[in-house]
Formats: sequence, structure tokens, C-alpha cells
Amino acid sequence: MAVQTQQKNLEGYVGFASLPNQVYRKSVKRGFEFTLMVVGESGLGKSTLINSLFLTDLYSAEYPGPSHRIKKTVQVEQSKVLIKEGGVQLLLTIVDTPGFGDAVDNSNCWQPIIDHIDSKFEDYLNSESRVNRRQMPDSRIHCCLYFIAPSGHGLKPLDIEFMKRLHEKVNVIPLIAKADTLTPEECHQFKKQIMCEIQEHKIKIYEFPETDDEEENRLVKKIKDKLPLAVVGSNTIIEVNSKRVRGRQYPWGVAEVENGDHCDFTILRDMLIRTHMQDLKDMTNNVHYENYRSRKLAAVTYNGVDNNRAKGQLSTKSPLAQMEEERREHVTKMKKMEMEMEQVFEMKVKEKVQKLKDSEAELQRRHEQMKKNLEAQHRELEEKRRVFEDERANWEAQQRMEQQKMEASRTLEKNKKKGKIF
Amino acid sequence: FCVTLGEGARAVPLAGHVGFDSMPDQLVNKSVNHGFCFNILCVGETGLGKSTLMDTLFNTKFEGEPTQHNQPGVTLKSNTYELQESNVRLKLTVVNTVGFGDQINKEDSYKSIVEFIDAQFEAYLQEELKIKRTLHSYHDTRIHACLYFIAPTGHSLKSLDLVTMKKLDSKVNIIPIVAKSDAISKSELAKFKIKITSELVSNGVQIYQFPTDDESVAEINSTMNSHLPFAVVGSTEEVKIGNKMVKARQYPWGTVQVENENHCDFVKLREMLIRVNMEDLREQTHTRHYELYRRCKLEEMGFKDTDPDSKPFSLQETYEAKRNEFMGELQKKEEEMRQMFVQRVKEKEAELKEAEKELHEKFDRLKKLHQDEKKKVEDKRKSLDDELNMFKQKKTAAELLQNQAQQAGGSTTLKRDKERKK
Repeated sequence: MAVQTQQKNLEGYVGFASLPNQVYRKSVKRGFEFTLMVVGESGLGKSTLINSLFLTDLYSAEYPGPSHRIKKTVQVEQSKVLIKEGGVQLLLTIVDTPGFGDAVDNSNCWQPIIDHIDSKFEDYLNSESRVNRRQMPDSRIHCCLYFIAPSGHGLKPLDIEFMKRLHEKVNVIPLIAKADTLTPEECHQFKKQIMCEIQEHKIKIYEFPETDDEEENRLVKKIKDKLPLAVVGSNTIIEVNSKRVRGRQYPWGVAEVENGDHCDFTILRDMLIRTHMQDLKDMTNNVHYENYRSRKLAAVTYNGVDNNRAKGQLSTKSPLAQMEEERREHVTKMKKMEMEMEQVFEMKVKEKVQKLKDSEAELQRRHEQMKKNLEAQHRELEEKRRVFEDERANWEAQQRMEQQKMEASRTLEKNKKKGKIF
Repeated sequence: FCVTLGEGARAVPLAGHVGFDSMPDQLVNKSVNHGFCFNILCVGETGLGKSTLMDTLFNTKFEGEPTQHNQPGVTLKSNTYELQESNVRLKLTVVNTVGFGDQINKEDSYKSIVEFIDAQFEAYLQEELKIKRTLHSYHDTRIHACLYFIAPTGHSLKSLDLVTMKKLDSKVNIIPIVAKSDAISKSELAKFKIKITSELVSNGVQIYQFPTDDESVAEINSTMNSHLPFAVVGSTEEVKIGNKMVKARQYPWGTVQVENENHCDFVKLREMLIRVNMEDLREQTHTRHYELYRRCKLEEMGFKDTDPDSKPFSLQETYEAKRNEFMGELQKKEEEMRQMFVQRVKEKEAELKEAEKELHEKFDRLKKLHQDEKKKVEDKRKSLDDELNMFKQKKTAAELLQNQAQQAGGSTTLKRDKERKK
């Protein structure tokens, strides 16, 4: 439903320009969350990098990093820390995957990781779908740092396989680990090779969003040219030129973590934490989670529905709307069935009634016929009687006449006999 | 409504500046780029200056002709505007209640308002439930603030006001304001405000309270809460006061300056509604009023969060259970309909059988009557035949006698007569 809008010019200061401040204020009060996953073979310096990124001893003697624990199979472990800076609170969750790539046979070593990501999506989906929704803690994985061993040659089959399977579930940022073992030229070659292979396999690594700001776009382009970022991490602080810096001390010098000439660490940190943390969360929420959700919900409706429906097309309807439609369809079907049954019923009734009527008419006809017959007989009888009566009356009259004549004749005879008549 | 951070997390100190204190800025930048959205509903009788107040608040001329008092019912008209102030873009929707309070029977006045608010919630809910959804770019039409215009009678709230506000208080943030308050003197106004507040409290109407949980605005918000309801005056006309042009209403006895806090609470309203709490109003609508609507709607449809054993349902289970229940219902309905038809057929058959029986009985009776008649005719015939026979016998006997008499008498005259007769 497109809403028609009108541009209006303001003739004075209204004050809604303070909205950003209001949003700022509320977000600080709420606090922030971020979940970062690190994946790579042991010994690639993952824990050290995390410590360097967040300038804290996330992994220390007390809470040792995953590499220090021997694992037989791939585990997925979470560490949560609460860090504060400038009045801003961040609940940081680091998800480790010890054992990844360490076995002899690494087939399916990505499966526990995929399962973990999906289970976090599922948790969120379930809490989002509850009737009573309270706080919806977001434990979804916002970013996955994938550590590539600095072989200098190219991606390993495991690297390609992993990234291919995960690039549509999480924001993947590939990193070249322990970059201080590569010379700048070797590094440059290595990066080109890797990006080539990434494109070849159509792997979608995390992309920086375009902005309207030209300045920003230029920076983004500079970063894009350096992908994948080659990083170095360190837990130790060394003094270099009377400055205290994080670095790795070698007989031949110090590789400084935060030196842009030495490695891309600062680029990673700035991008991951200072400029694109929110975007990583938005991508996870708007793209990866939505993909998971629509696949999951389509499967739910699919399960109950005939196979000839919605062939291969993800409907934009909610499962509830789908049910509603099914209900309407069923109601229509029922109405039709009812109508048909009604028609058949009416027809049969009509037939029967007609038959009855016919039967009645027939009986009536026969009755009439018999009545007529009888009446005819009656009339005939009457006629016969009348004739008979006439005949009898005539005969009786005649008889009387004869009688009289006979009497007269007899009297005459008698008189004759008596000699009275000459 | 903030997530309880730090559950199961340990706080660690930072050894330097990490940079995540830019998170609020990152969030703000994204929301500024996205643009803001705010929807105001103005409820109040015709002629209370709703449109003028909106124009005054936002320093612009919005749509609309003044409405007449002859509306047959309450309709809601909404207009959406795009406003910009420095780099902040705001999509503002102003919804007006046309015809409110004009009818003789106002019992249903609140209904169109409630329906409108619910419709916006429903639209959002539908979008949220879709399988493929775009919540991020959804134009939120839910009402974030309801300005309730109270007529400046100086006495108390009208019953229409109480009824309407009671129906709306669980659906929207209500900010009651005394309209055209330049008609009330200061002392009367103070009494009026107290009366209104006590009536609201005694009727259990929950109006919007400016939030006091954030220290930076707690003080100003709590002060402002005590000034509710705001007594406002609106005007887009400008009058010269001193050497400035100010928004005012000019009377023969003086000039009411809209932005003079001694004259009215306009500035307070603007400050609270726009400059301090706009974001909170939006948030409360989403996290409280919308959630309540959603919860009620889902419960109405039979969704629950736990099964009879109090174990939480997963989304899949919920949908499947719902679907099974619903399919079961449909089956039942279908079966019922069939049964009904079977019943009808039975009944009709019995009816027709009954009619057939009656018909046969009728004709049996007729047949019997006919038999009786026939017998009567037969009897008549028989008696006639008997008479006929008797007559014949008589005749024969008579003839015999006559023959004898003739033989004895030998009267040729008789013979001649007889022959003549013949």
C-alpha cells in the first residue's frame, strides 16, 4: 500500500533534528551486544588476535584460549565479557571453534559450526515468535573471522569448502594469519591469489556498504584493495623508539601490530569495531537471519501442504495467512459441495414427488373411469327399468283392458245366455 | 526495556582505547540515513483548533479545510508529509478525527478511532508474520502519539472524553491537552487541570508519562509530567511584539503569545512531544501497545507459548499443532454437513413414504366406496331382474290363461283385437 507523501518546507525551527540525539541517548542506556566467531586451525594466533583487538586479556592464564586445550572433535565454545568505554557498554561474545581443521580427516568439520549458527537463529526465531515476547537477547553470530594459514600459495580446499558453506549464513571476513611470516611482495601475491580463488568459487565475503559520502567511499575502496586483510596479533608490549607498542620481538626487529606498514591490523580493528560493527549486525539481522527464517517457515507450511502447491516458490505470506487461505478455499469447496448435494437432493425429491403425483393421477383416472362405468351401468339399469316399467305398465293396462273386455264379453255372453240380447 | 546485559559475562578492563564507543554514532548514522517516521493522531471535537495546533507545532501549513459540524459519523483522515531539518528527514503522518463529537448519539464515536489504530497494528503484524518480509523498509503507520483535545469548558471532562480515552489508553500513548486555552483564566486553568487529572485517575485512564528512567532527561520529564494536561494555544498568524514577529493571537484586550510560557504551555508540549521524547513515544508504541495487540491477536487465534505440560513450544510445533487443529475442525465441519444431509434425506424419504401411504389409503377407501356402489347397482340389477322375471312369469301365465280362455270362449273379436293390438 503506497502512501502518498508531500514535501513540506518548515518556516522555522521545529526541533525534530534532535531525534538522532534521542536515539543516541537511548542506545547508550540500552547498551550494545556483539557476537564474534573465530575459525581456523590451531596455532594461527586467533586468541592473540582477539586479545589485541579488544585490548584485553580475554584469554589469559585463568581463562585459557582454545588452543591450549586439546580437542578431538570440533567444539563450539562461547566466552562472554562485558567491556565499557566512554560510557558505552558492550557485551562481547567470542565464539571459538577449537579442533577445526586439526584432524587428519576434516570432512564435515564445518558441520558443528553451521549447526551452532543455525541454532542461534532458531533461538531468535522462537523467541520472536512467542506470544509473550519479553527481552529478545540477540546471540546470533554477527561476524565470522576466518583465519587462513600464511602458506603464500593459495586457499586450501578446506578454506574454500568452509567459506562456500558459510557465506550465506554469516558475514565471513577472511584474514591472513601470522602475516609477519610473509614479505610485502609475498603478501601481495598471496592476497591476489586468494581473491581470485574467492571470486572463482563465487564466495560472498562480507562487503562494505556503499554510502553517499564520497570520502567514505574512497576509504572503502582503499580497504577493498587490501582484502583479505593480513594481520598480526600480540599479547606483549614492547618499547620501540621510546614508545610502548604491542608487537612481536624478533632478533631482526619488532613487528608492530598497530603499524600500518607492518600489517593490516588497524584496518581490521577500525573496520570491525569502529565503523562497521553496526552494519555487521544489520546484515546479520536483515539478510542472513531473514534467509534462515523464510526457509524455516516455508518448510513449516510445506510440511502440511500438498505437493502440488506453491511449487518452488517462497510465498510472501505468513503461515497464518496460508492457513487462512486454506480455510477460505475449504469453505468455498464445502459450499460448492453443499450446493451440489442440495441440487441432487432437490432433483431426487422432485422425481419422487412427480412419481407420486403421477401415481395419484393414474389412480384418480382409474377411479374416475370406474365411477363413469358404474354410472353408465346405473343409467343403463335405470333405462332398462324404465323400459320395463313402461312395458309392464302397458301390459298391465292392456291386461286390464282385456280384462274389461272379457268382463264385458262375459257379461254379454251371460246376458246372451240369459236370452236378453237378440 | 533494555536487555539485561552481563548475564553470565565477566567484566574485564581494557588496556587502551578499543573504539567501540563509536557504536552509538554508528547506530545514529544508520538511522539518519534511513530517515525517521512519526505518526500523530489528533482526537477532539470539531473546532478545537487541531489543525492549527499541528501547523503551529511543525511551522508549516498542512492540508485540510475546516470541517463542518454535519458529519454523520467519525471518520479518520490521514496525511503524510516529508519534512527535513538539517540532515534529519522525518516522514510525519497526521491523522485527524473528522466529525468527532458532532453527532447526537455519540456512543459509537470511539469505534472508528479504535478500528483505525488496530488496523495499523494489524498491518504491521501481517508484515511481521510474512514468510518473506521487509521490516527494515516497512513504512510504519502505527500511531505513536495521540493528542487528546479537551474543550476549554473550565469545569470537567465530558463523558465522551472519558469514554474515548478509556478505550484508547491501552492502545496508544495519550497526551491530553486543553485546547484553545486562551479562553480560560489562569486561576480557572489551575483548577481545571486538577479536576481533569483527578477524573482521569479515578476513572483509571492511563495517560502517557514522560519517561524518568534516563538520568539525562529524568528531571525535565518529571517536571513536565506535573504540568499535564498542557494548556495550549495555536496560531500561525504573526504579530509584532517589541521588534520581533511572534506567533500570537491578537485580542482587543491583549495579545496571546503562543511561545510565551506565561501565556500557555505550547513550548512545553513542543519540547516534550518533539524535542525530548519523540523517540520514546515511538519505542513505547512498538514495545508496549503493539506487543499487547499482538499478544491478544495471537491468543485469540489460539496460539500459546507452552503446551499442557508447561514445556515451551517451538515455532514448528506451534504451527503444526495449529494446523492439525484447524484441519481437524474442517474435517468435523465437513462430516457434520454430510450427516445433516443424510438426516434430511431420511426425513424426506419418510415424508414421501407417508404421503404415498396416505395416497394408497385414500384410494383404498375410494375403491371400497366404489365396491359398495357397485354392489348397490348389482343389487338393483338383481332386483330388477327378479321383477323382470316375475313379470315375465306373470305375463306368461296370463297369456296362458288368455289362450285357455280363448280356446274356451273362441271369440274371434278378442283374437282380432289381440291381433290388432299386436
